[in-house]
Amino acid sequence: MFTALVALGAGVGVLAIGLAASGYDPVLALGALGRGAFGSWYAFSSATLVRAVPLILLGLGVAVAFRTGAFNIGAEGQFYAGAIAATWVGVHVTAWPSGLAVGAVWVAATIAGLLWIALPVLLKVRFGVLEVISTLLLNFVAEAMVSYAVTGPLQESARVYPQSDPVADAARLPLLPGSRLHVGILLAVFLAVVLWLLFTRTRWGFRLKAVGLGPEAARVSGGIPVKRVMAGALLWSGAFAGLSGGVEITGVTYTLFQNLSPGYGFTAIAVALLARLHPIGIVLTGILFGALEAGAQGMQREAGVPAVTVQVAEATIILAVLLAEVLARRAAARTISAEDPA
Amino acid sequence: MTGDQLKPVLELSGISKAFGPVHALRGADFTLAAGEVHALLGENGAGKSTLLRIAYGMLAPDSGVIRVRDRERILGSPRAARALGIGMVHQHFTSIGALTVSENIALSMGRTGRPADRPAGSDVSVKLMTGLLGTTRVELLSVALRQRLEIVKALATGAGILLLDEPSAVLAPSEVAELLALIREFVDAGGAAALVTHKLREVFVAADRVTVLRHGVVTYSGAVGGQTEETLARAMIGQMVERRANGSTRAPPTSSESAPVVTHFGGVPLRAGELVGIAAVEGNGQRELLRGIALGEGARGSVALVPEDRTTEGLIPELSITENMVLGLDRDPRWARGHRIDWARARSRTTELIDTFGIRADGPDAAVETLSGGNQQKVVLARALECRPTILIAENPTRGLDIRASAFVHEQLRAAANTGVLVLIYSPDLDEVLALAHRVLVVHAGRVLEAPHGTDRRVVGEMMLGVNRDR
Repeated sequence: MFTALVALGAGVGVLAIGLAASGYDPVLALGALGRGAFGSWYAFSSATLVRAVPLILLGLGVAVAFRTGAFNIGAEGQFYAGAIAATWVGVHVTAWPSGLAVGAVWVAATIAGLLWIALPVLLKVRFGVLEVISTLLLNFVAEAMVSYAVTGPLQESARVYPQSDPVADAARLPLLPGSRLHVGILLAVFLAVVLWLLFTRTRWGFRLKAVGLGPEAARVSGGIPVKRVMAGALLWSGAFAGLSGGVEITGVTYTLFQNLSPGYGFTAIAVALLARLHPIGIVLTGILFGALEAGAQGMQREAGVPAVTVQVAEATIILAVLLAEVLARRAAARTISAEDPA
Repeated sequence: MTGDQLKPVLELSGISKAFGPVHALRGADFTLAAGEVHALLGENGAGKSTLLRIAYGMLAPDSGVIRVRDRERILGSPRAARALGIGMVHQHFTSIGALTVSENIALSMGRTGRPADRPAGSDVSVKLMTGLLGTTRVELLSVALRQRLEIVKALATGAGILLLDEPSAVLAPSEVAELLALIREFVDAGGAAALVTHKLREVFVAADRVTVLRHGVVTYSGAVGGQTEETLARAMIGQMVERRANGSTRAPPTSSESAPVVTHFGGVPLRAGELVGIAAVEGNGQRELLRGIALGEGARGSVALVPEDRTTEGLIPELSITENMVLGLDRDPRWARGHRIDWARARSRTTELIDTFGIRADGPDAAVETLSGGNQQKVVLARALECRPTILIAENPTRGLDIRASAFVHEQLRAAANTGVLVLIYSPDLDEVLALAHRVLVVHAGRVLEAPHGTDRRVVGEMMLGVNRDR
């Protein structure tokens, strides 16, 4: 927690220096960033939290896989797979009762995310192909699939823009009063709590951790089927990412288009790592990164600073956290070697 | 040969070194003369390796003086030590597996080259090269050959002073004898060798002089002649310990004939309550046979394993003692409730085990990586016995442990056998196998033969090498 705060301070500090060096007024710019993220209930709910929802859901998915030491870098692609499936189902459920329609869309999105990671899982289990590479590459394929879908089978009836028709009203999530925040935030928090309970209280959670920290010991002494646990965690990971795509369609955009995600799937990796893969922590870091993204827009509007500069702050935060971890490990190693000099 | 009259080539005097609050060495003296093997004996943590690392420039002493060939020196780095003709063989292999033998040797020479005076050693290194092909990738070499390469590397710069840090830890008995003979040849050619060990037998076989360390203080230093295992053991641990009976196997338990056969080891039936020692030279198939049983192949009842590599296969260092205890027992009805694990119950059971096994730890939530090797092994043993196995397999269970921790492990294995568990123990230390086991099975080239009761270590040693199998 302390590390995270120091990292956040470092990130904002570096951003301020960068702004000043580029000739902007850092006080004005950072003030705009703060107002954009937290300036009003509307800003907090409709800008920050709306962006936090996909980051939390994707972060949870990433964390499940990372816990076992399997690196799902393809959350972005699975998010898009989920969004495509969600749109396809969403435009066809016009006559359904609302709850059922949303449920059907979410299930379709979840299955799509799961299927999108199934190939990398199969390749890993059968042929030892690194999931880092296969999941990463499938991101590009997924983006191409979206382009194809919105100019082909899923393009709007008017056939003008490369986007889909909006999903049926029945498949849209209710919004919280006075905001654009949808009830998906409740789903994100609920799933975080569920995952936290599963991680800490169940055999499954224990096995994920054992496989991640000591695969050899897990296999030899724990009798744990290491490959199967990893494969299962990756499938869960894909399912979460797919669901996240479905939530985005039903709660925010209602339509599918290219660049639906501003890199949520990649930011989610930082969200998960910053929270040290802790589900409740991911809710907080998800909101933090949501705030940075939302604040960036405010900064651009009010101070004329390009929104991408916030990525400097994000990157600094990640680097600071990684550095702190390495330093902590070194300190621990020193203590241990001092205890056992021979 | 007594080194005392000879002129020392390496002299460490009044060496002290502290790591934080731990005093690894307190005013230790050590001298090494040309033509002698000087053993450094002590328990784990006594400071032997620290002293050696200081002599090799890997560590700077807090106080004390180092003289090399009568000149006072400050060894700032291993490179400086090598330039003065000091070579070291480390406890763990330092070769790069993907490179060839020649490349590794070249790498170890660095830019130092040979010192001008070229002390003795080069003849021996030529002899050592036997069996080493320069173009072979190191990862393809056997353990014994990799060890030999380590020595060649240490001598490659023409070192006249050789420091060896427990070089026999990875070798089979026959290979140890060969290693010690090579060291003797090296010193006979005018070299000087310091040999760190915690095996008393090696001191008597190999060394001219011995320096014993206990808690960083020299408790004995002088000629090996006139000393006995008892006097040196006392100097090592400060009290008389029961030395294990040398030579022959112990009598089997009286009930053993009637006990049920619970598994077979290479076709030999094994019964409940027996303590069976496996003797074999590395690479003869003994590990594969043991792992087969560990996986439950042809075994009746449950099998528990104490793996040799305790921090990668036995334990997960970053997890707590409780979590490591639950590893492999995560379906145990005492804390498993369906898919749930009741950690409070697991923790309280772990607290009990910490007490019964005398594990020195900061409670059940302490990470295993904060424990000493002996205490880590107690955790592995406690867990292995906790599942009430029919068969307990212990692979080199005292590796890296000091005398006291080893004695505890032996005690636990005997106690387990007394309660009807079939205990299979494999150790590269033949004395350990002979001292513990009711029956000794020898594995040679994948075939299992039983040594007759009362066999002495020489006969077993020959069986391990396949010498008198057909006689």
